[in-house]
Amino acid sequence: MKKEHNKKCSLLATESFGSFSASVMAVLVGLLFGLVILLLTNPSQAVYGFKAILFGGLSDMKNLGQVLYFATPIIMTGLSVAFANKTGLFNIGASGQFITGAFAAVFVGVKVQSLTGVSHWLFALFMATLVGAFWAVLPGVLKAYCNVNEVISCIMMNYIGMYMVNLLVKNFVFDVRKNQSMAVAKTAVSPKMGLDSIFKTGYSTSSVNAGILVAVLAGIIVYIILEKTTFGFELKACGYNREASRYAGINEKRSIVLSMMIAGALSGLGGALLYLAGSGKSIEVLDVLAAEGFNGIPVALLGLNHPIGVVISGIFIAYLNVGGFNMQLYNFAPQVIEVIISVIIYFSAFALLMKGFIMRLAKGKEEK
Amino acid sequence: MNTLYFIVQQTMFFSIPLLVVALGGMFSERSGVVNVALEGIMVIGAFSGIVVINLFQGVLPGQPILIAALLTATAAGVIVSLAHAYASVNMKADQVISGTAINMFAPAFAICVARSIYQTQQVPFQNQFHISKVPFLGDIPVLGDIFFKNTYITTYIGFAILIVSAFVLNKTKFGLRLRACGEHPQAADSVGVNVYKIRYAGVMISGALGGIGGLIFVIPTSTNFNATVAGYGFLALAVLIFGQWKPQRILLAAFFFGLMKTVASAYSVIPLLSTLSIPAEIYKIIPYAATLIVLAFTSKNSQAPRAAGVPYDKGSR
Repeated sequence: MKKEHNKKCSLLATESFGSFSASVMAVLVGLLFGLVILLLTNPSQAVYGFKAILFGGLSDMKNLGQVLYFATPIIMTGLSVAFANKTGLFNIGASGQFITGAFAAVFVGVKVQSLTGVSHWLFALFMATLVGAFWAVLPGVLKAYCNVNEVISCIMMNYIGMYMVNLLVKNFVFDVRKNQSMAVAKTAVSPKMGLDSIFKTGYSTSSVNAGILVAVLAGIIVYIILEKTTFGFELKACGYNREASRYAGINEKRSIVLSMMIAGALSGLGGALLYLAGSGKSIEVLDVLAAEGFNGIPVALLGLNHPIGVVISGIFIAYLNVGGFNMQLYNFAPQVIEVIISVIIYFSAFALLMKGFIMRLAKGKEEK
Repeated sequence: MNTLYFIVQQTMFFSIPLLVVALGGMFSERSGVVNVALEGIMVIGAFSGIVVINLFQGVLPGQPILIAALLTATAAGVIVSLAHAYASVNMKADQVISGTAINMFAPAFAICVARSIYQTQQVPFQNQFHISKVPFLGDIPVLGDIFFKNTYITTYIGFAILIVSAFVLNKTKFGLRLRACGEHPQAADSVGVNVYKIRYAGVMISGALGGIGGLIFVIPTSTNFNATVAGYGFLALAVLIFGQWKPQRILLAAFFFGLMKTVASAYSVIPLLSTLSIPAEIYKIIPYAATLIVLAFTSKNSQAPRAAGVPYDKGSR
């Protein structure tokens, strides 16, 4: 009996368990905070609202499909931010890369009509990836060759991208009545791949589509690049120590530019996946930066910058957001969800300390 | 000549908030704590200040309300920044994470509170703070027209903050210690400087100035507050880097950007530009593109505070 007890404790003392339980704790604190806010704003409905947050995403198959639909773009921008983080860069420019990529996809979707079938869609995705990567070239080059902090150049590129896309939409693919981009051709819309027949409730289908599969695939590819290839190792090495990598024979300037480009490509692809989703969403001509870009930052951080972690945290945040929509039934502001997520992120920053604390606790028990 | 006056006056509205917030960021980063939370701090500062204005308008005359609102915004900014300071100093957390959390928290929190007070997320306010002409000073030819007409008291507060900041950072014992903590905290600690305290002070100053900056950004540009400062916190971060973490250069950077922004938004009243038929979007791109170009040529020797972003651990000395 005693032996078994010891075994359990040594499992508790492992590092992965430590970081996992630290994340769970952060989530619990965040949810608790959300409950407090609900209680303060409207005590009589608070319990129903809270239930909606917790279980709204699971309440039926349609909602579950919506979770995957909302997760798709933020997984992509999350991967973008996480990839840059792993290589020592802070990609705050996901917003600009996202919207320029989205424009490329919509442009191909509307204007290129010689392509038929799924190749049209694939070509639109390809062009969005390319344009997203292109939008990140300048911050990369400026960082590598002119010592310009990538944070500032990315912020500038966000605004330039937004205004440029507004101008291009107005000139090439403008739907004047709705003040937004035209609808793309049917062939450019992401295929459903039968997902719509799984994720539906009655006759009401969710917006989920092949995009989520592309996002998951992108996560796996990023994982392989970063963890299993020499190329990825070089990029990461530059992030840890630029001088040492140069000394080791790595072309550190090239690595910085390539890291930014890959990050940009991921964001650009995310833009395409959102605006080709076939859910009726078009690029609106507004002077507002694409929120999906900034939402990638918390997704990346919550996923501990690990590609697979990002996929999971993207789905988790989308799950909370769908719960937030359901919660509006009880007349709560959907922003309660953002408060919860921000508290979770804040406490996940303490992960390192909590992990140490949990591991010490487990070890202490073991010694007894 | 009138166009020139107009451009200078407009430039003030854009530049002063950027200047104040970037100076706040400077205190935080020079003490060794990266502060990407400026956007969130600005939102909270603006929100609390606007609520005060909303509550007291009609009860008190304009300028006293403004002072009360500014004090509230300062206090609110400091409170939020404490969360950032606790995470990055005591808990040795990744400073970008807690900053991002605050940026996400602030607008959401403002909307939740606004909805429970006013039923809608927008907080309206009357702008009674506009000064069309400062007595006496406004009568000075040229200079009076440029600096003392069509203005706000906040403009002068902004310049006062600049002078005090430059003095504190460069001429006082506290400023020297702050800079030491940002460059080499181990060395500072070894001669008896309390690195934790100094970093707390740096972050709290950034909270105070961020809160003020948020309020003075909203007042001249709007008549209701909708839980956003339109990305100005991130722009202030850019101005801070552009200004290479030095007060005088931050002043130049803020005004360079503010001037470009004014040209972009007011090109239709500038005689030479209004005749050209260039799309509005191109003008709007100018401030950002110009900043990038200037940066490309001036950043070769730019160096962030050496210890910025690195939590200080006494044990690793």
